[in-house]
Amino acid sequence: MLKAGDFGVLAAGTATVAALAWWAWFAPSGAADTALIRAAGKIVHSVPLTRPQTLVVAGPLGPTRIEIEPGRARVQADPSPRQLCVRQGWLAHAGDAALCLPNQVSLELRGRQSPYDTLVY
Amino acid sequence: MTPSFIELPVTAEDRRIARLAALAIGLSLAEAALPSPVPGIKPGLANIVVLLVLLRYGWRAAAWVSGLRVLAGGILLGTLFAPGFWLSAAGACTSLAVLAAARHLPARHFGPLSLSVLAAFAHIAGQLALAAVWLLPGIAVLKLLPVFAAAALVFGAVNGVIVARLLPRMALAAPTPDRRQSGPCPTP
Repeated sequence: MLKAGDFGVLAAGTATVAALAWWAWFAPSGAADTALIRAAGKIVHSVPLTRPQTLVVAGPLGPTRIEIEPGRARVQADPSPRQLCVRQGWLAHAGDAALCLPNQVSLELRGRQSPYDTLVY
Repeated sequence: MTPSFIELPVTAEDRRIARLAALAIGLSLAEAALPSPVPGIKPGLANIVVLLVLLRYGWRAAAWVSGLRVLAGGILLGTLFAPGFWLSAAGACTSLAVLAAARHLPARHFGPLSLSVLAAFAHIAGQLALAAVWLLPGIAVLKLLPVFAAAALVFGAVNGVIVARLLPRMALAAPTPDRRQSGPCPTP
């Protein structure tokens, strides 16, 4: 019932899944240095992860409190019912993100890594 | 004033597509009732019907069945034109596009399982692409990408095996396009 090409497709599919898993979960992501905070899709704060502070962002359900510490950030409190973004805890890597839905507030960490190591002219 | 009638001629092919689309819609509804650990991960049982139609009646019929399935599924589940509907439509479109190319793979080496796995990957890729640009712009989707891809691989393979098993029986049981009769009528 299965033909040679089928096994090829299955092997290619498995390799794709493995590559995606490595890329999404295990590939080294640089340290984060900036926290981007969005409300309703618009960037409301862009804060360097240098000194401790707490930011309060207003969403449709109420205020979301975001705590910044050197090198990391987290959503401290949020009125969304399921509290998923709060339970994510501290974010420290570039690319990490916590979405508070339905309060429409998101916290995303950015690193210094640019797509190029160096550009030579 | 004379009453005017508009009569739409219904061909045997229309009836066949309607019957198969109804089957696909039924599977979609049954599947919607299944609990899923991650939203968006489903076995995609309706794709079994789409693949069978593709292999038996060609791409046009498969596109009709798939499109009707998405539309009627949206109406019956109450998600018509909601985000979930558009995700479903995007997945169906990419899946059909890949199937249009993949069905030209040499049948000697590639069976229904290949088509099913490729279609499943295309389905999830289309959905995630739409989700990434429209619903969740940013990188949140990336972390879940391997989970979706693994689901596509597993369910695509299982559906492909089901299609490979059903296809010979369907060839025996299906009525010929122009004559409807109850007995089995073997067609090549």
